Amino acid sequence: MRATTIFAAAMTCAGAAAAQDRVLTVYAGDYVASEWGPGPKIEELFEARCDCDLEFSTGDLLPRLLLEGENTDADVVFGLNTDVTRRARESGLFASHGQDTSELTLPVDWTDDVFLPYNYGHTAFVYDTDRVDMPPQSFEELRSAPDDLSIVIQDPRTSISGLALALWVDAVYGEEAEAAWGDLADNILTVTKGWSESYGLFTDGEADMALSYTTSPAYHLIAEDDDTVKAAIFPEGHYFMVELAAKVASTDVPDLADDFMAFLLSEDFQSMIATGNWSIPAKLPREDWPEGFQALDLPETVLFYDEDEAASRKDAAIEAWRSALSR
Amino acid sequence: MAQRAVALGAGALVAALALGPVAAVLWRAGGFGAFAPGDGQALRFTLWQAALSAALSVALAVPVARALARRDFPGRSLLVALLGAPFILPVIVAVLGLIAVFGNSGIVNGALEALGLPGITIYGAHGVIVAHVFFNLPLATRMILQGWLALPGERLRLAAELGLGPREVFRVVEWPMLRRIAPQAAAVIFVICLSSFAVALTLGGGPRATTVELAIYQAMRFDFDLGRAAMLACLQLALALAAGLVALRLSGAAGMGAGLDRVVPRWDAARRSARALDAAAIALAALFLLTPLALVAWNGVPGLADLGWPVWRAAGQSLGVALASTALCLLWALPLATRWGEVMGLLGIAISPLVLGTGLFVIVRPYVNPVALALPVTALVNALMALPFALRILRPEAEAIRTDFARLSAALGLSGRVWVTRILLPRLRRPLGFAAGLTAALSMGDLGVIALFADPERATLPLQVYRLMGSYRMEAAQGAALLLLALSLGLFWGFDRGGRNAGA
Repeated sequence: MRATTIFAAAMTCAGAAAAQDRVLTVYAGDYVASEWGPGPKIEELFEARCDCDLEFSTGDLLPRLLLEGENTDADVVFGLNTDVTRRARESGLFASHGQDTSELTLPVDWTDDVFLPYNYGHTAFVYDTDRVDMPPQSFEELRSAPDDLSIVIQDPRTSISGLALALWVDAVYGEEAEAAWGDLADNILTVTKGWSESYGLFTDGEADMALSYTTSPAYHLIAEDDDTVKAAIFPEGHYFMVELAAKVASTDVPDLADDFMAFLLSEDFQSMIATGNWSIPAKLPREDWPEGFQALDLPETVLFYDEDEAASRKDAAIEAWRSALSR
Repeated sequence: MAQRAVALGAGALVAALALGPVAAVLWRAGGFGAFAPGDGQALRFTLWQAALSAALSVALAVPVARALARRDFPGRSLLVALLGAPFILPVIVAVLGLIAVFGNSGIVNGALEALGLPGITIYGAHGVIVAHVFFNLPLATRMILQGWLALPGERLRLAAELGLGPREVFRVVEWPMLRRIAPQAAAVIFVICLSSFAVALTLGGGPRATTVELAIYQAMRFDFDLGRAAMLACLQLALALAAGLVALRLSGAAGMGAGLDRVVPRWDAARRSARALDAAAIALAALFLLTPLALVAWNGVPGLADLGWPVWRAAGQSLGVALASTALCLLWALPLATRWGEVMGLLGIAISPLVLGTGLFVIVRPYVNPVALALPVTALVNALMALPFALRILRPEAEAIRTDFARLSAALGLSGRVWVTRILLPRLRRPLGFAAGLTAALSMGDLGVIALFADPERATLPLQVYRLMGSYRMEAAQGAALLLLALSLGLFWGFDRGGRNAGA
């Protein structure tokens, strides 16, 4: 009896060891694999179906991949944004994802066969209903808001959400963008390097509104049972922000990488990612979203530049921001 | 001869570690990049804020250091340790602390409003200077305090016997010491402020406060323009070395003469006006430096309960990294505690951490997986970055000991080893303790290069603070920041106290 138990245990170990031999290396942004990001959940769900070992390797995603080039250890990258996909595509390091994107539930058409969306959101200014009684109802109202309404934003030169804001203003105002920034300047308390610093200033009560995402209120609603954080929805539209994954062409486990791509659009993943990454699932009808997400105020108009448009507008959009705010 | 070889080796290692990565990035980029239109403005702002921050920090540090040097009161050593804290805080935490005091909803504006007075704003160019003085005043104070405590007591006794008043004592005894120490302290602070970026941006209120380091970050992370990043890093490096050389020229030689090497009371400071001045200097500095810290601590308490295993594990790893950096840094600093060694040491903080990390990645990657080396590399880079501070602290006294005891050791024909263990180290215990404390605390709070290639298992505590903030967990992040503050201060206090007890 005892011998068989030991034997069985040994076999289990051997089985586990054999499974461990096949490793899928996923390069991801730093926040992903921490205890508080979606990484641990992704690992658990995928390992349950792949008979392999998923390993996250986090850090500066694209810079690192470009440095490594063809010799990269990555099989899959997870967490790219549209503003870097052009650069990533030009590197020639990626293969087709091979997934059917016709069933995606994104608010924009998606036909890219290299970069696969798994969740999305929109840029938005969030506020606390306890502190702001009369939030601006439109971008125009924000432009003419009284000076004591303070806003913190992110620098478009150092932050992805800051860049999305610059493109958002560009998409709404076009040639008038610099004038719009000039009107906003009085309300902009300060500009931070990244999203975290801005959001910290907002939650500390230093600023009335912060540039964040339409999905931010869901965190407070679900994790903190707090319904006072809202996103101000503007009829002019909100800029679309999507997170993407891609298969690395030089992968030594192409079948696992393909499985991972399919997994990203699976119901397992899609129903987890909303609360895992505080973002809207890319392939899940609204009625299947978690309750807090169904309660979100979402824009009717969604603005989006594809990567070529974004690349051609980017410099002008940042310059409009810089020159108006430098005065 | 052997000592000289060790010094040369240590210097070569600094140069290789600082310049190698820049060369690697350049090589990878295939040459220098081009300047962009905004660079001139960024350079002007960078130089302006760094020069002003350095000058103000040192000027304000003089009365505070003098007050601390000639007064004894209950809790003095605790205060001296606490005053060092702003310098070792992670940037983001310190900024939130400053904003809690001076921000629009901070306590200063709250008090002004209660009194019916108009409010103040921290956002703007002046905010950048206030923040840099907040960070660096403690460093300048401690460096200058060190100089005051090293004044030979015999000089002060002689001055008292001759009936010199405070003004003459300052001119004859204190001014030569300040001339020797202040320019170098200012140079170190200037170089630190050269690479400021998140602080300058957040408190500067926007793109007006763009620094060269921000342009490097943009080139590296956003545009992947390595050539441009390398070029800007070299520009920063040139500015830092220029500052180091100017400081070297400005600071005179030691020439204070040998004393009996012990602490002596100050007879010239007994007047009532001097007492009032010292009390005011200490009280104002304490208020300015400690209020933001107290608020960081206060805001962190509720979050302490939320800290899970990953935060505690990171805290343990950070402690390990800090202790390793400290040992490494002191071993490195001892042979380099000379005039030229100190200029070399500036290299450590003159290179943009982003370029340094990327360059190391490029160098290491063909041979080993950089992720596996994340913690050792962080310890090494932290030691390199703490080196200029350790050298600034050690050099004045190491040099004084060398001059003062040169005749003695020549007469006795002391060997290198006996000289180091019997003469140099015992007399260096106070600055060694301070340097160790500062290095450990700096290493604890520094995000360093680990953010470039860390995996979930190998995180440091500052990295976890950022990760918590990045996942909406602001309260837990403030708790983790409090833990970080406590551990950094604990390390600093422990080492520094060890050194000072031995010295007194």
